[in-house]
Amino acid sequence: MEPGTTPQPNPTVLDSKVPDGPIADLWENHKFSMNLVNPSNKRKFEVIVVGTGLAGASAAATLGELGYRVKAFTFHDSPRRAHSIAAQGGINAAKNYPNDGDSVHRLFYDTVKGGDYRSREANVHRLAEVSVNIIDQATAQGVPFARDYGGLLDNRSFGGAQVSRTFYARGQTGQQLLLGAYSALMRQVAAGTVELHNRSELLDVVLKDGRACGIVTRDLLSGEVTPHSAHAVVLATGGYGNVYFLSTNAMMCNVTAAWRAHRRGALFANPCYTQIHPTCIPASDDFQSKLTLMSESLRNDGRIWVPSGAGDGRAAGDIPEGERDYYLERKYPAFGNLVPRDVASRNAKTVVDAGHGVGPLNNGVFLDFAAAIERDGHDAIATRYGNLFDMYQRITGENPYTSPMRIYPASHYTMGGLWVDYHLMTNVPGLYAVGEANFSDHGANRLGASALMQGLADGYFVLPYTIGDDLAGLLGDSVVPTDDPVFTAAVAGVEDETGRWLSTNGSRSVDHFHRELGRIVWDNIGMARTESGLRKALSDIPALRDEFHRDVRVLGSADTLNQSLEKAGRVADFFDLAELMARDALEREESCGGHFREEHQTAEGEAQRDDDNFSHVAAWEWNGPDTPQTRHVEELTFDNVALSQRSYK
Amino acid sequence: MSDTISVTVKVWRQNGPDSPGGFETHPQQISIDASFLEMLDLLNEQLNDRGEEPIVFESDCREGICGTCGVMINGRAHGPQKATATCQLHMREFADGDEIVIEPFRAAGFPVIRDLAVDRSPLDHIIESGGYISVGSGAAPDANLTPVPKDAAEQAFDAAACIGCGACVAACPNSAAQLFTSAKVGHMALLPQGQPERWSRTEAMVDVMETYFGSCTNHGECHEACPKEISLDFIAYLNRDYVRAKVKNRALSGQR
Repeated sequence: MEPGTTPQPNPTVLDSKVPDGPIADLWENHKFSMNLVNPSNKRKFEVIVVGTGLAGASAAATLGELGYRVKAFTFHDSPRRAHSIAAQGGINAAKNYPNDGDSVHRLFYDTVKGGDYRSREANVHRLAEVSVNIIDQATAQGVPFARDYGGLLDNRSFGGAQVSRTFYARGQTGQQLLLGAYSALMRQVAAGTVELHNRSELLDVVLKDGRACGIVTRDLLSGEVTPHSAHAVVLATGGYGNVYFLSTNAMMCNVTAAWRAHRRGALFANPCYTQIHPTCIPASDDFQSKLTLMSESLRNDGRIWVPSGAGDGRAAGDIPEGERDYYLERKYPAFGNLVPRDVASRNAKTVVDAGHGVGPLNNGVFLDFAAAIERDGHDAIATRYGNLFDMYQRITGENPYTSPMRIYPASHYTMGGLWVDYHLMTNVPGLYAVGEANFSDHGANRLGASALMQGLADGYFVLPYTIGDDLAGLLGDSVVPTDDPVFTAAVAGVEDETGRWLSTNGSRSVDHFHRELGRIVWDNIGMARTESGLRKALSDIPALRDEFHRDVRVLGSADTLNQSLEKAGRVADFFDLAELMARDALEREESCGGHFREEHQTAEGEAQRDDDNFSHVAAWEWNGPDTPQTRHVEELTFDNVALSQRSYK
Repeated sequence: MSDTISVTVKVWRQNGPDSPGGFETHPQQISIDASFLEMLDLLNEQLNDRGEEPIVFESDCREGICGTCGVMINGRAHGPQKATATCQLHMREFADGDEIVIEPFRAAGFPVIRDLAVDRSPLDHIIESGGYISVGSGAAPDANLTPVPKDAAEQAFDAAACIGCGACVAACPNSAAQLFTSAKVGHMALLPQGQPERWSRTEAMVDVMETYFGSCTNHGECHEACPKEISLDFIAYLNRDYVRAKVKNRALSGQR
């Protein structure tokens, strides 16, 4: 079947299980209506949590505190390594400490609007409600948020928000929040409620009679493949931004846990919603292994420009003012350099594609602090951005105080992920997804400082309530024993797979194929998408995938630390995901947030939504390796936020 | 295109914790704009192409914040550049013709797993023994209920900036983990939220630390190697608190 042209067979309309009632009271009322598990019964339930970033560590710690018997898994050597640690800017919360007009409703409204009206209202409202509890929790854990001279918490405006609701800990907010969640997790490990398995990678999700009953992991040091059973399985395994190969994600970030769940029946929602962050350091050569984010806050004082003439090879300082194009200030006089991420990224691509790119590879735009330094002085800029300037200099060898930074967009965050209902449960009973791993509350575009908020909201304050409602019905049921045929079959499948990689005996490394895949995805499913590009991706990806499976070279053995072997399975899953991203992008005949179809833009070149036909979540069902997935939909209704065209002129 | 240098890489290979190890020598041509780990990535591509197993080394964020990376480069933990984790080191810090000796972090508390990867889980055990403030989810009061003086918050942050890479242990002639432990203890001891468990935390964390690591004799090598430049003052602070904890933790309240 030609993807993107024929309606899929038997699509169903998904039930989000959002309760009825006025939105402001939904969560409060629902908490009362949910079933509870008696404190002394909680210890009878076993819960597996995979991933120990903000969402996973907070969920495992909280479930442990409640008395559940938790097994937490991370493929890192320590839970503290998860990539949440690299988040820089901050975390939003509707505390309204600055008294500047913020409220739960405003944070809710801004998040739905920022997501370009492609998120579920009820989930976003709940997120805004519990945002305030997160700040309380983190502060009590000892997270050293920035404070003013009176000793109270400081806030700043972030990502163009009109209120100051962002709490921050220097440029390391993610690190400090994760260390807080990690410390809470380690407290439960000490208490014996959480059993921690490090260097253990999930390679399959196991179902019995349609319900998730456990997982299969591979010990990355010994290679041992082990089944683990539980009453419920929670995936907190992050996003899939590394499908682009080059991204700001950590090297090991991958889609494998979510994808293996998808292959077992969990729907994968909105895979084409990816966020390309505008301010990253451009690649310097073909061997580039990852890209580094420079905080968005730099756009508060930096001016973005390119030479007016295409192919201008002069150094920045040699280009006179009259021959510079401050294109964001020119096109968007009201917001200027502070337009949202998707708009800033797309415009950078436009000028670079038109031959105005700067730097040795002509692959960047300037972010210039000369005016800010002249206005505020060197010291003031150093106080604000000193750490970032030092980091830039360490990486590029250039001094941003004397010559402009070079920046370019890079893959940063993925809004798509496993489809979940209001309880954060996937369509597979007993299987949950939290944090970036689910299709989340961010719609088609995530606002700055909202990722940390969502991960911790899910883990500390949502899942611990909703999981009890489901578990209460299982009282008295024991877990499926790990010698059950469903487990032995899954273990054998994983062992077969590792054996297959080691016996392929091809000629090229896993990284080689990952890099080539990344090029296809970046060129065709990146910042701007076209029907022809997506169709090209749909023919190039399977061709390269066949070559990968035939010609990959994984050396060594399975019974030791073998990093090529680990990567092979992850890249295989990226291939399948990339194909689905292309199909999802092709089917979504509109532009919204991070998904920009060139065929669907306004006269001014902005994203043009089609609310009549695409005001829905697309959630894809796996039909086997050689059959296209089925596209299901969840209709989105907007009763509390008026739909409008975003404009930043 | 950027400038290229020729270097000779001498890298430690060791198949497992109990296997004998040794150096392998590889000449490398490399752009000065490459990061140090990208140089190793390229070397691994070449090894894989030749049918030799790639060198095992650990890294993840490659932004100097996750603490996963870390090797000895010419005898120095994280290499020659100050305040820089291995992943942020770039080849422009080396000169044409240099010999670069790469070894795993060497410490009895960090057994070698394979090649350049070591087991740093004792650092987690130190945290497990008390590196937290006991507050269950949902039990927290309003965040602005307790003001924290700005300088206390800033100093707590200076300690909390530790990325747990273990370079302090690797750099120490005694393989002591005092800088790591003092950073965690100091972070919490400086904040009002950390006071209720201050003395039990200090004693418990030091006791677990001593089961894995050597004793501090104030060489200061840890601070020199630390990618976050954690101050030696925190070690002094820890030592003082440890003595006070021994008194505060006496069994009989009248003797405290």
